Parts: sequence; C-alpha cells; structure tokens
Amino acid sequence: MKKHEFFDRTAWESDKKIRRRTFFSFMAFALAGATGIAGWKWLNRQPRQGGALQPLRKTLETNEEILTSAFSEHRLVKTYPKSAAAKNVRVNSLIGTRQNIDVNTWRLNVKKNNGSTLLFSLEDIKKLPEKDIVFDFKCVEGWSQVQYWSGIPLKDFIVANGLQDETKMKYMGLQTPDQKYYVGLDMPSALHPQTMLCYEMNGQPLTQAHGYPLRLIIPVKYGIKNLKCIGTMYFSNQKPPDYWAERGYDYYAGL
Amino acid sequence: MKRILKKHPLAIRWFHWINFPVLAVMIWSGLLIYWAYDPYTINIAGKEYFHFFPKSFYNTLHIPYHLAEGMSFHFAFAWLFIFNGLLYVSYTIFSGEWRYLLPNKKSFKEAGQVLLHDLHIRKYQLPPNKYNAAQRIAYTAIIIMGIGSVITGLSIYKPVQFGWLCAFCGGYEAARLEHFVLTIGYVLFFIIHIVQVIKTGWQNFQAMITGVEVIPNDRYPNTAIQNNPNEKA
Repeated sequence: MKKHEFFDRTAWESDKKIRRRTFFSFMAFALAGATGIAGWKWLNRQPRQGGALQPLRKTLETNEEILTSAFSEHRLVKTYPKSAAAKNVRVNSLIGTRQNIDVNTWRLNVKKNNGSTLLFSLEDIKKLPEKDIVFDFKCVEGWSQVQYWSGIPLKDFIVANGLQDETKMKYMGLQTPDQKYYVGLDMPSALHPQTMLCYEMNGQPLTQAHGYPLRLIIPVKYGIKNLKCIGTMYFSNQKPPDYWAERGYDYYAGL
Repeated sequence: MKRILKKHPLAIRWFHWINFPVLAVMIWSGLLIYWAYDPYTINIAGKEYFHFFPKSFYNTLHIPYHLAEGMSFHFAFAWLFIFNGLLYVSYTIFSGEWRYLLPNKKSFKEAGQVLLHDLHIRKYQLPPNKYNAAQRIAYTAIIIMGIGSVITGLSIYKPVQFGWLCAFCGGYEAARLEHFVLTIGYVLFFIIHIVQVIKTGWQNFQAMITGVEVIPNDRYPNTAIQNNPNEKA
C-alpha cells in the first residue's frame, strides 16, 4: 500500500506558475459562482404551474413516479389501540364544510363511466360492514395526531356497487357538495385497504367541522387529501382538479 | 521557487463548493417547512429559554406562509444534496483521500490538544499533515450527519413507504426532531468552520479554490518539507 504522507503532495514551483494557476482558478471559481447565481435566478423566473415553479413541479411529478413504482398496497399504515386516540381531534380547515347538511336530502353522487349517476344515502352506505381505524393522521404542516375513525373501506364500497370498471381508470375525484373543496387521488391509493369512507369519529357521528355526514380517511396521504363532507365521487384518466395542488402543493401528497 | 502543497484535489473542491449553496437552499426551504409547525423549544427545569424560532427571526428572513414553496424546493434540491454527497464519499473512497479524512486511533487524543491550541490555552505544534485530528473528526462527523439527514428526511417524507426507516428513527415525530437537530448541527459546524478558516488565513482558504497552498519558509522549520533535496528540480 502506498504510504500517503504529507510530503508526497509537496513540490517546488516557480512564482510565475503559482500566480498563473491562482489567477485561472479564481476565474473558474467566479465563473462557476456566476453560473450558480444565474441558474438560481433562472429557476425563480420560471412560470408557475399549479402555484409551483415549473421545474420544481416537474421534479415533484418525477418523485411521484419513482415512489409510486415502489408503492405497495400491502404496505399498511401503523395502527394504534383505541385508547391511544386523541379525544380532542384537531380541526385545521373548514373549507367545503360551511354548508349545513340535511342528512335526509344529502346523497353521495357517484358518476359512472356511462354517464349515469348513482345516489347513496347515509343509510345505504352504512349497510356495508363497519370497520375502525386508529392511526397517526399526518398534516402537511408537520403535526400529527392519533385519531380513531369508523366507516367502510372505500374498496368494499366499490366492489359492493359494481364500480370495478370505473376503478380501472387512473384517478378518483371527490368534491364537497358546495364544490369549494376537491381532491384527486391516484387509484392505487384510493383502493388501499386502509382508505375509508367514514361517518364516525371516536365512536360518534361526525361533527360538521369534521365532515358530517361522510368524509374520506386516507391514511397513506397527508390530511389535505382527506376530504370532508363528500358530495360527488367521479373517475378519470386525467388528474382531477385538486384544491391544494392548485396552490403549490405536491399533487400526490403520499406518505 | 516556492514550496507548494497540493492540498485539495479538483473533485473535492467541486463537491465542497456545490454543497455550500445546495445546503443553504435546503436549510432555507427547511425553515419554510418548519415554520408551519414549529414546536421545538429549549426547556430547562420546566422553563422555556428559547423558542425555535422567534417571530422577528421568521419575519427578517421572510419565512411565514411559504410551506408549499418550501416543500417544492426541498424535495427538488434534496436530489442535488444526495448526489453530491454520494459523489464526494465515493471519490474519497476510490482516490484514497479517506486516509486524510477518517479519524484514527490517535485522533481522539490529539483532537483535545488541537482544541486547547485553538483556544490559546496551550502551545501545540500542529503535526504536518493535511488535516489535524480535530478536522478529521469534524469532517467525518459532518458526513455521518449528512447520512443522518437523508435517513431522517426520508422517514418524514414517506413514513409509510419507508416505515421501517421511520421506526429505526424512533417514529415520525422523533425523525422530525432529529432532522431539525442535525440542521442546527450544520449551522454550528458552518460557524466554527468560518471562524477557523478566517483564523487560519488566506493561503489556507485559497487552497480550497486553487487546490494548492504555498508553504511559508518559517513553517515546519528543519523538517523534510523545507529541505527535500530529491525534489528540488
């Protein structure tokens, strides 16, 4: 093995050569620095797409492609005992839930590919076997809270109502009845076994602020995708409009 | 004729200077993200001494209400941070530069002497080598910290897909705190680094740009460095 000593790296050099090298090195350094600054300025001059600078939006989409190739619906979100769930469940946003809902007239509208719309009352939805989930709900802001929700797995709802052809499409879209809040979900995440249509929180019917009468709970996504008060469900091969993705956030928002 | 030391290979100079702005963007965009949920404080015996971060700090740096922007920058520049780091580590391994960088058996004992020397508590002749013991420890620690940032970062970014990594970090909240602490570590490293560079002087600083350092005649007197007749060309 070659002995790496300090002396191996010393040499004698003329002043002229030293000056020359110093000059050219500093020129190259200045040039590289200027290129970096120009690149930064260029990046910040780019048009925005959905609120995010276009090159960054493209990178978010590339990240999504890389990660979805590794996505497995068998990878489950960690669950907790009911005793671990928060009693005081955090409300972060009321967008789309400000309308008073009369559960007797409320219907979940499911738009089929053939143009027809299926209507479901809360009682129709409750006919399927109820399931619970207690998991660490994660907000895009960074906080998280263990919460306890009950309802029916979205996948069970799809199968029970013959919507398998619809779920061959790439995306599912959801909207509040007032259409003020809307999300788009990639189908594998929508059909994840822990994705649920929920009507109870901590064993009680949902409050208006938590999405009465029916909301989405999708533990593989940030809270921004967990739409409260579902009015319409539809299917598409194009990305459905998404409230926060229009405001600079990642469309995928997966965990 | 002057005696010169070929100190920093070109590749290392590139990795170093690319890392500087990339890490700066990572820390800035990280602050934009952290602001949206900023629970960390320094508490001693139940009393809060410092909140990360005071309002004036946020306002001066125009941090508030840029979470989405922060995330888009963070998750793009993370690629540059990771690739640059990987290239640097690979280079040090394959070029043999790791021999100057990794601490060895003597380093931990010597580092104490270097520290006393730097604090002007003790006179100590730094041994003629590329990096002294304290530098070896610092420059290796910063790489381990970098790896830590990637591990804790991935754990926060995809806590379900990288559930095993998140569990290794002690859970989602722990990973976020660790990621934050590591960032504070970079800032402290940066401050000490700058102070040391200023103290050590121009020759040392410019070697990170030109690659070579001119050895003054009065340094290392009567050693082989000043009188090596074989290389006197």
